[in-house]
Amino acid sequence: MKVAVLKGGRSLERGVSLRSGARVEDALERLGHEVLPLEAEGDLVKRLAAGEPDVAFVALHGPGGEDGTAQELLEILGIPFTGPGVAACARCIDKVLAKHELRSAGVPTPDWFAFNETAFRELGAADALGDLEERLGFPLVVKPSRGGSALGVRFAENWFDVPEALVSAFSYDSRVLLERFVNGRELAVSVLGGEPLPVVEAIPRAGDSYDFEARYEIGRTAFVCPAELSGDETATVTEAALGAYEALGCSGFSRVDLILGPDGPQVLEVNAIPGLTDTSLLPQAAEAAGMSFEQLVEKILELALAPARA
Amino acid sequence: MPIRNTIRMPDPPQRRRAHASRSDLERYAGLFAERTRVMRSSAMRDLMAVTARPDVISLAGGLPDTSTFPPKAFAAQMTRIAQESAAEALQYGPTEGFRETVDCIVEVMGAEGMLPDPEDVIVTTGGQQAIDLLCKTLVDPGDAVICEAPTYPGAIPVFCSYEAETIQIECDGAGMKIDQLEDTLERLDIEGRRPKFIYSVPTFQNPAGVTMSLQRRQRLVELARARELLVVEDNPYGLLRFGGDPLPPLYQLDGGDFVVYIGTFSKILSPGIRLGWAVAPPPVMEKVVLGKQAADLCTSTLTQYFVREYFAEGRWREYIESLIGIYRGRRDAMVAALDRYFPPQATWTEPDGGLFIWATLPPYIDTSDLLAKALREDVAFVPGQAAYVDGRGRNSMRLNFSAGTEDEIREGIRRIGKVIDEQVELYGALTGERPAAPSASKSQPADGENVVPFRKTGEAGG
Repeated sequence: MKVAVLKGGRSLERGVSLRSGARVEDALERLGHEVLPLEAEGDLVKRLAAGEPDVAFVALHGPGGEDGTAQELLEILGIPFTGPGVAACARCIDKVLAKHELRSAGVPTPDWFAFNETAFRELGAADALGDLEERLGFPLVVKPSRGGSALGVRFAENWFDVPEALVSAFSYDSRVLLERFVNGRELAVSVLGGEPLPVVEAIPRAGDSYDFEARYEIGRTAFVCPAELSGDETATVTEAALGAYEALGCSGFSRVDLILGPDGPQVLEVNAIPGLTDTSLLPQAAEAAGMSFEQLVEKILELALAPARA
Repeated sequence: MPIRNTIRMPDPPQRRRAHASRSDLERYAGLFAERTRVMRSSAMRDLMAVTARPDVISLAGGLPDTSTFPPKAFAAQMTRIAQESAAEALQYGPTEGFRETVDCIVEVMGAEGMLPDPEDVIVTTGGQQAIDLLCKTLVDPGDAVICEAPTYPGAIPVFCSYEAETIQIECDGAGMKIDQLEDTLERLDIEGRRPKFIYSVPTFQNPAGVTMSLQRRQRLVELARARELLVVEDNPYGLLRFGGDPLPPLYQLDGGDFVVYIGTFSKILSPGIRLGWAVAPPPVMEKVVLGKQAADLCTSTLTQYFVREYFAEGRWREYIESLIGIYRGRRDAMVAALDRYFPPQATWTEPDGGLFIWATLPPYIDTSDLLAKALREDVAFVPGQAAYVDGRGRNSMRLNFSAGTEDEIREGIRRIGKVIDEQVELYGALTGERPAAPSASKSQPADGENVVPFRKTGEAGG
């Protein structure tokens, strides 16, 4: 089969995407497929049309690749592709939109407020921030609405940290959310074709939180898979993760990030196209389920070509 | 193992396979030396990956301009080598480097008033290797190494890989604060410790662009002598002076007893030839040579031959003069653009030479986040954090003016100014404060970081 691997792009996660893509290409070659590596650049459509692949493996992360843009093009060109469809990608990439969907579907997610930059610039939204303490409490987490990684995510310990945290978050997106901080265990559930894989727990080594750098560097964060959870805990975590996957209309595969706090699991976000690098969580979860990376890639391709896409 | 008596052509080479699984990785991880734990790649690695896009105006690099080196002269020099000394130029050379290369080095150092003993010189693979070899020779895990704050971002990974405890001494417009250095040395004394060396880029410092004053140079050298401490003077830019009077290098003031000197051809000729050098007293040099032998046996013979040919033509100073003309124009363009496009709360250095300007923004702006925003405008710089070991420098940035044209510099600074303005305005809207007075203290409690009073040139007021 001829498989186009879409990677790179202009998002800040370009480097991660290139690593994911290279690894996928290797696996595809080992599986005996013909690989067409494609960087997401100005001539992508032309090269896709000229290459006539049977299927496209989307290894793009962040805005531009994980937000439905590339998927839309693939639909127009009539090329089947891996991972969730256009609508699911668009919902997942936008944390604010995703949280609304989750809440409507009854999936637990921490309380939040969302603001557009214009609200502050033109509508005096700063005056509304006074209610934060009462409604969300401190510490709280400030993050850009779009962006798949931890870039621009800041903790505000108190009122005085908020403006600076907002300036940081607004550097990445014109919409940010302020979210109630939930103290608990950091878990990730990868879902493959509607089936949950074993739960991964991220345990920061340096004592501080799971940051962008730790995410992609061996040794900075310890990952435990399967996470040491009781049967009940595993059940509620998995239920929440599957609920999120369905609420956002994901298909193929995705990764749901949660916090297991004192009041049970809370879904933080869903990554439509999770990383596939050496240190990424989806491949680890698959490995814990007894799947090699090649088997994982083959399964993802099968799901992309299955007749009934959700 | 079966003995083969026929030579079989190997299979066509296969691209090395990616690691098959995480457990493979963990198997490697179990083999890693302890020091790899502290060998950290830059925090901004993925951001910087984006700066390599061709449509980005990058003020982030530290590249000298090699575009005006005459191709004809280059071709003639290389042809002469090929015709007259191909066999030697393709051979190994002495670990210390060729005597002829050392003669060129002595000539370069002479241009700044230094007169090293050729026996004290070793030719290295770039100045970077000289830093590495000195650490290899001097630093045990946990040893204290002192440097400037901010310091050359490329030195930090070297200090880290030898597991040094890096202590940074603040700088102002006159370079490293020697009072603070003395306090630090006192403190270390009380702890019964002695730093292995004090690393300094005293002239047109990377990244800050500042030059250590004569008085501080003298104090530093006296201090080193009195306490019998080594100073490592890294001087890649000394000859790239566009204005002001030259100051004597530390090496000249000290005479080479307690100052170890690092030089390079990278900024005065070419970084691609990877030729640098170190000058050290004989006992230190002896160990450095052993370290060099273990590292790479010798520096490239071919490029040493090139330098010999190039210097034989006797026009190397003319070439530096031409570079100075180019860089002066670019510095002026950058300073003028900063004046025009950066907000009044920003400050920056105005170097008399070198390749870099260091700009400091209001404390509530994190330049790593700002970089993400700037990249959307297709412009890049180095966030200040890269020049510190401890997370300081968050509201500063390094701007390079040697690599781009004057138009690119103006446009790049305009774009950065635009994203800064947006953040200043947003912060004002968030706090109800109008960005009026140039200040280092907004509602953010001062935490002592980056209160470096570099020469202020932005216009106050507004």
